[in-house]
Amino acid sequence: MKTLIDLKKVMKYYYMGEEVVKAVDGIDVSIREGEFVAIMGPSGSGKSTAMNLVGSLDLATKGAIYLDGENIEQMEESELAQLRGKKIGFIFQQFNLIPNLTAKENIMLPMLFQEVNLEDREDRAEELLNLVDLGDRMDHYPNQLSGGQQQRVAIARALANNPDIILADEPTGNLDTKTGELVMGFLEKFHKEGKTIIMVTHDPNLAKAYASTIYWLKDGKIEKTTKGKVKNNKKRGM
Amino acid sequence: MISDYFSLAFRNLKKRGIRSWLTLLGIFIGVAAVVSLISLGNGLQLAVNSQFGVSSTEIISVQAGGLNAYGPPGSAVSDPLTIDDVEAINKLSVVDRAIRRNIPSGKLEFNNKVIFGFAMSIPSGEDRKFTYEELDAESIKGRLLGESDNGNVVLGYNFYANKVGLEKSVDLGDTVKVNDKQFKVVGITKKKGSFIFDNIVHMNDEPLKDLMGYGDDVDLIAVKVKNKDLMDKAKKDIEDLLRKRRNVDKGEEDFEVSTPEAAMETVNSVLNGVKAFVALIALISVLVGALGIVNTMTTSVLERRKEIGIMKAIGAKNSDIFMQFLIEAGLLGLIGGFIGAVFGTLIGILGIIGINNFIGSSASVNIDFVLIFLTLTGSFLVGATAGLIPAMRAAKQNPVEALRG
Repeated sequence: MKTLIDLKKVMKYYYMGEEVVKAVDGIDVSIREGEFVAIMGPSGSGKSTAMNLVGSLDLATKGAIYLDGENIEQMEESELAQLRGKKIGFIFQQFNLIPNLTAKENIMLPMLFQEVNLEDREDRAEELLNLVDLGDRMDHYPNQLSGGQQQRVAIARALANNPDIILADEPTGNLDTKTGELVMGFLEKFHKEGKTIIMVTHDPNLAKAYASTIYWLKDGKIEKTTKGKVKNNKKRGM
Repeated sequence: MISDYFSLAFRNLKKRGIRSWLTLLGIFIGVAAVVSLISLGNGLQLAVNSQFGVSSTEIISVQAGGLNAYGPPGSAVSDPLTIDDVEAINKLSVVDRAIRRNIPSGKLEFNNKVIFGFAMSIPSGEDRKFTYEELDAESIKGRLLGESDNGNVVLGYNFYANKVGLEKSVDLGDTVKVNDKQFKVVGITKKKGSFIFDNIVHMNDEPLKDLMGYGDDVDLIAVKVKNKDLMDKAKKDIEDLLRKRRNVDKGEEDFEVSTPEAAMETVNSVLNGVKAFVALIALISVLVGALGIVNTMTTSVLERRKEIGIMKAIGAKNSDIFMQFLIEAGLLGLIGGFIGAVFGTLIGILGIIGINNFIGSSASVNIDFVLIFLTLTGSFLVGATAGLIPAMRAAKQNPVEALRG
């Protein structure tokens, strides 16, 4: 299986006056197609920084990051944005929907940046909202939706450009247990359908329950890598 | 793609608070000023012209006293024009007709009140018709003076409207005393909006001469030129003639020959002053408006950092973010300009209606769609220019930091 994201000896340092904060201090991570990966660690372990690097939102201080075989350091800003929008779907702890846009319009937005025409954008957005069981909430604004509903819209948005990778940052962090399970159910479903899932969490039970590979981060380094309950040899596609 | 930016920008603007809209006041005032001024322009010109008494474009007027003379034509002039001057001018080859005009002051009594004002001589024969045509005089009640009206007068509109201080309006059939002699009112002239023509008493030349005793002296000579194109030559010929007759050197004239163009020029120079002033106000307003847009867009970029971060995470390029903020700023300007154009046009229409009511003219509103299109485009460009730096700041946000909010 091909490698989608490859981090080679990646370091991310922040300079605060004289002091150097080594948020990520030399990690090697290889995420292959179809994997369900969890990045685990307590707060301050560097997992948020790691997620930004994996999601190509941030550039490394040292080391190299490859997204679908391309070194993101050497890409133009616009190329990288384009590639990120196409390859990765983001799900955030805070849902991060655009407040001025309806559920449907939020889902249409990533497709706009890929220059999909309006009709296709609308069709796809409606299809995805139905997929997350929110077909009756198309024209609702985020503040008219519950947390669980907002996160489902965010999931639909992450799928808009049919990306290979879904990157979820504490996707259940702001949700109650039941709604959290519903959201995880969707992630698991998409994983079974062949998506590569990368989840950042501080909750070891969540990681163990769903992920095939778990990277344990501590002080900016990978402390250990373990296998979760899910087998890694799932056949791609249904 | 561009239309998507517009609809996104429009969505964002709809959610904006009153603070953002207040920044549009500058653009609004600037555009409203320009558009209303242009819409009014033609009406203003008409109104000012009528105050100056310029009614015909083909008449040259000649009066003694020169440019330094104050007061009404012919008053306080030591060496007045005479009937001989009129005859001499009449003989010039370029002149179609020259007629004398006397505008003496006197007292008028009615309703046991006495007022002082001006009377105007109306000549007889062909000259009567010519005079009335030149003055563009029309009666709204009764009729204008005829040959047999030596015992009658026609009064300006303000006598009828009770605006001359007689405390009672004068109507047809009433008798007024002019310099203690009784005259019957047989006509009221149409309102002209001019304090000269609306307050004047029309009287046939003969009785007026008897009454005022001006004899052969002439206050003003109205000259009709044979051909409009000969206006300048006629002016020069009349000047040469009068210099010789009055024995004065060039540059020391004690008389004035004015063409309608000259009067128009005076009017226009006043109007141009007004226009320059309004343009200055407009410029300052637009500048203030632009600064307002810079301010509100800068705030907006800071407030929407997180949104920018989200958009970058889901694939927005820097240029996408830049365009969105730029168009939003442009739309702000455009909306200000649009409201300003609507208001300006309304002010123009109301102004013209007001002027028409005031002077009884029929000026039409001059809605210039090219101008409105240009001001709207201009407003958008001003807005977009003001949004340039904020939009660049928005585009350059680091996605990770922006996502943190």
